[in-house]
Amino acid sequence: MAAVIRVEALERVYRIGPVSVPALRGLDFAVPAGQMVAIMGPSGSGKSTLLNLLGCLDRPTAGRYFLAGDDVAHKSSDELAEVRNRRIGFVFQNYNLLPQLTAFENVELPLVYGRVGRAERHRRADEALAAVGLADRRRHHPMELSGGQQQRVGIARAIVGRPDVILADEPTGNLDSVSGNDVLQLFHALHEGGSTIVIVTHDEEVARHCQRIIRLHDGQLVRDDEAPARNLTATGEEAEPC
Amino acid sequence: MLIDSLRMAWRSLAANTARALLTMLGIIIGVAAVIALVSVGQAATQSVTAKVENLGSNMIVVVPNQAQGVTLHVADGNWLLATVPQISAVAPLLEGGVMSRYGTKTWSTTLLGTTPPSEQIQGRSMSAGRYLVGSDVQLRRQVAVLGATTEQNLFGGLNPIGRTIQVDGMPLIVVGVMNQSGGAGITSNPDDEIVTPVTVAEQILHTNNVAAFMTEARSSDLAPLAVGHLQAVMSRRFRSSTAAEVVSEDQVLKTLASLTGTLTVMLGGIAGISLLVGGIGIMNIMLVTVSERTREIGLRKAIGAKRSAVALQFLIESGILSLGGGAVGGALGYAGALTFTSALHWPSGTSLSTVLLALVFSVAVGVVFGMWPALRASRLDPIEALRQG
Ligand SMILES: Nc1ncnc2c1ncn2[C@@H]1O[C@H](COP(=O)(O)OP(=O)(O)OP(=O)(O)O)[C@@H](O)[C@H]1O
Ligand SMILES: [Mg+2]
Repeated sequence: MAAVIRVEALERVYRIGPVSVPALRGLDFAVPAGQMVAIMGPSGSGKSTLLNLLGCLDRPTAGRYFLAGDDVAHKSSDELAEVRNRRIGFVFQNYNLLPQLTAFENVELPLVYGRVGRAERHRRADEALAAVGLADRRRHHPMELSGGQQQRVGIARAIVGRPDVILADEPTGNLDSVSGNDVLQLFHALHEGGSTIVIVTHDEEVARHCQRIIRLHDGQLVRDDEAPARNLTATGEEAEPC
Repeated sequence: MLIDSLRMAWRSLAANTARALLTMLGIIIGVAAVIALVSVGQAATQSVTAKVENLGSNMIVVVPNQAQGVTLHVADGNWLLATVPQISAVAPLLEGGVMSRYGTKTWSTTLLGTTPPSEQIQGRSMSAGRYLVGSDVQLRRQVAVLGATTEQNLFGGLNPIGRTIQVDGMPLIVVGVMNQSGGAGITSNPDDEIVTPVTVAEQILHTNNVAAFMTEARSSDLAPLAVGHLQAVMSRRFRSSTAAEVVSEDQVLKTLASLTGTLTVMLGGIAGISLLVGGIGIMNIMLVTVSERTREIGLRKAIGAKRSAVALQFLIESGILSLGGGAVGGALGYAGALTFTSALHWPSGTSLSTVLLALVFSVAVGVVFGMWPALRASRLDPIEALRQG
């Protein structure tokens, strides 16, 4: 299968005045289409830095990054905005929904910036909300939703643009275990539907649901386990590997 | 895209109505002040200009400098007419404050002693009866012609013609009433005066020194020449360059008109400053808004908003604020100016162009002062922005 993500000798050095902080020091890996990957590692190991690069929010200081075969390292900020809009779906730890908009309008927002026509936009936003099981909450504002529901709206917003890859930084970090589990199930369903997903997590439990675990330490890739994911059953027992 | 931006800007403003209204207040006051002051100024200019046009006279007034001992008498009118070829008519003016009485009503007013040519020189017209005639002056007839205001106050609707009034104790028979002057005339209020033959006025005012001569230039082209010539003959006769003050009323009113025009510009400028302050208020609030909503901006960029889209959203927000303020302020300013000018019986000075100009200006203020905050928002780095809050 073609790699959706491919990085070569990827480096990111933060400069604070005269001080250089190398957050990533030469990463090489590829993520084939349809894979669900966990990125793990201790705090400060560079997970968020990596995800920001993969999400085209940031540019590497050295190395190359191909997203769906396209070299994105040297694009202008407006071109990167377009790449984020069309190819990437973000899920944030703290949801990042706009409080003045309804759930529906939040989900619709990427399509507004993608200049999708009104009718098509509404259809797809409704579809995405239905996919996360919140069709009946479309008119609710974020404040009127539980944390788990807000994160599901966030996921609907991430998938509404049919991105090449879904990137999530600690998506269950703010949730209790029940809502966290709901969200994980949702990622699972998306994975089953063929989506490519990269999740940064501290939680081994979350990682166990992924096909592959990339471990970082001090900005370097220290382990890359192609561990077969285990499906969750209703009782939480381990099921057959896929 | 524009419709969506409008909708989003509207949502953001609606999320903090109180702040939006307070921000608008600066623009409301600014625009209202500009429209009200400019309108009142224009009304004042129009009313003065109307007087100049009504007047259409070529009246030139010669005021002897009595403080320097320069005195003129009624007979000197003929001397002026004979020596200054550019003038076609002359009338003396004796003037003084008097107390007039009819029955039990008394009224303090101005007495004007003059001769028949003053009717034409001042451009007066009669609403009832007649003006002075030559024989009134020669025979010292004790007659009076009243200004409209004087007539109202002494007679209050009664037909005054043929009735006798007392002016500082002297009985005068009313022979005529003048129309509203429309601005013409030599006294400060030409509708509140009593005109009597100059020979009678000499007795009432106990003087035969003429306060001024009213003369008429043969044409408006000749008026400046006439002014110079009158000045010259007076200077020569009394051996002093300051023997007399010679002014054409046309000139006075034109000066006044240009003065009120200048005043309008000044008032508009002062009001414009308040509009500017309103604009700075918008900029201030938009900067606060941008920094408060850093996270929102980061999120919008993360999901694909380009710089232009972010800038547009904030520009539209400040545009809505200033347009809303402009509309409300425009209505208030218009109402205020109308109340003021109608109370003064001035022509309404508010033109559509003033209102449109103020609206366009207020939107321009919003866009100009919203530009910096909007650009600041659009330049935010998405990761930095998302990290905040
Ligand atoms: N904007 C920045 N400026 C300077 N240094 C930074 C910046 N962002 C991250 N770093 C540094 O880069 C390194 C990696 O940070 P990063 O946020 O990627 O870690 P992380 O693995 O996501 O940690 P955590 O699990 O705590 O979220 C850290 O040493 C951090 O101090
Ligand atoms: Mg992190």
